Amino acid sequence: MSDTVGIAPSVRAVPRAGWHVGTVTAAIRETPNATRLEIEVDGWPGNAPGQHLDVRLTAPDGYTATRSYSIASSGDASRVVLAVDKLPDGEVSPFLVDEVRAGDLLEVHGPLGAFFVWRPGGDPRPVQLIAGGSGVVPLYAIAGARAQAGDETPFRLLYSVRTPGDVYFARELEALAGTSAPLRLDLVYTRRAPDGWPTPPRRITRELLEASVVPAAEHPLVYVCGSTGFVERIADWLVEFGHDPRSIRTERYGGT
Amino acid sequence: MSFITRGFSGRSRERDERLPPGQTLVHDFPVLSAGPTPDIDTADWEFTIRTESGSQSWNWDEFMALEIDEVSTDIHCVTHWSKLGTSWRGVSIDTLFEHVETGYDYVMAHSYGGYTTNVPLDELRGGKAWVAFEFDGEPLEPEHGGPARLLVPHLYFWKSAKWVRGLEMMPTDEPGFWEQNGYHLHGDPWKEERYW
Ligand SMILES: Cc1cc2nc3c(=O)[nH]c(=O)nc-3n(C[C@H](O)[C@H](O)[C@H](O)COP(=O)(O)OP(=O)(O)OC[C@H]3O[C@@H](n4cnc5c(N)ncnc54)[C@H](O)[C@@H]3O)c2cc1C
Repeated sequence: MSDTVGIAPSVRAVPRAGWHVGTVTAAIRETPNATRLEIEVDGWPGNAPGQHLDVRLTAPDGYTATRSYSIASSGDASRVVLAVDKLPDGEVSPFLVDEVRAGDLLEVHGPLGAFFVWRPGGDPRPVQLIAGGSGVVPLYAIAGARAQAGDETPFRLLYSVRTPGDVYFARELEALAGTSAPLRLDLVYTRRAPDGWPTPPRRITRELLEASVVPAAEHPLVYVCGSTGFVERIADWLVEFGHDPRSIRTERYGGT
Repeated sequence: MSFITRGFSGRSRERDERLPPGQTLVHDFPVLSAGPTPDIDTADWEFTIRTESGSQSWNWDEFMALEIDEVSTDIHCVTHWSKLGTSWRGVSIDTLFEHVETGYDYVMAHSYGGYTTNVPLDELRGGKAWVAFEFDGEPLEPEHGGPARLLVPHLYFWKSAKWVRGLEMMPTDEPGFWEQNGYHLHGDPWKEERYW
């Protein structure tokens, strides 16, 4: 039983999680269906790229609802950035997307998760990021941390969105794709592509995936994030292509 | 330190006293995994208990010949969802330990794919845990840990190691994969032992 999954070298490689009160400093429409929240969190210990936090909402009668959200920012800053997609009959996401405004207080618990994390200057392997919809949030944090550190590890992001308007962090990603050690960005549009796009809207197929990711022969570290069904499908195919399952890290957001 | 969130009323008051604090009742079956779902053929499956003095293994057919329990239980995931009254079939850890002697008090559960989670032996014995291979009358799906997973329903569900392939006895409590990555060493949902 010696084939245990490799873990971070130090048992406490990330700051200790705790409950904090955050003040929303900005609530900005990210896409027609999503809001970016910037939150100044009192006592936040900073977070590694790829981590998440829990948001707990409390109703006047004491009822609470808690959900996890990836953090789009990283580093020592006490300001965290989230981006939340509105699920039509969701309990929490419509509230965060439509109701929350600057000045509101939110209870958050974190930073959480020490496995779906990538740090500049560590692992030399090339990195393949694969996102479906809001699943890009932690991957943007990872790609941003690499750029900020001037790290030149080869990076690719395959990002599936419904329409051009649904791209999260569109300008920021474009900027990352234009640096001297660029993030290679491959967008896949599932409902409507931009004018003049070479292919009609389509979902990521097995063939498209194989053609769009760092090949297994180059032993990339792969991060896959999105709805559970998206992650399952993509991760299964990657294993079929010969990627080492232990080099594939996944974050499943829920749904099917 | 809880305070009322401005403007939040919540969807419903589906409060059920079987729900531990901070949990939401779901009717689907969410998935928490750190990597791809392994594909394990029952023909290759083996379950091993390793102790200070040796080991005991069962292949799939031998395992199916053991006494099988029907279990109806609530389950609670650290990611805030719970399911009530789920039904499972599996072999009790008590049954497995009829064949095993050990002086050690702690267990590391090992899974296909390399994941591990730690549980004290006391938390597995006495009708508290099973190796389960059926959910809701069907073979357990790979996404949910099939062909067999540990079922330790009184602890958060990551302790119910998916794709389990063995238990290793240990003299001291050591953190497994999930615990080294931030989850609580023990994981009691009624005390909200989620993270450390
Ligand atoms: C580690 C982690 C990080 C996350 N990060 C983000 C993030 O950065 N941005 C973000 O928008 N969301 C993120 N999520 C999802 C988030 O936690 C909530 O599940 C989501 O906002 C829905 O909550 P809700 O209360 O609105 O819906 P609920 O009331 O909980 O659910 C409504 C219905 O939608 C289904 N459902 C739940 N999640 C999804 C999904 N992802 N896709 C499709 N259907 C779903 C449920 O099964 C249910 O039937 C993350 C989840 C996890 C586990």
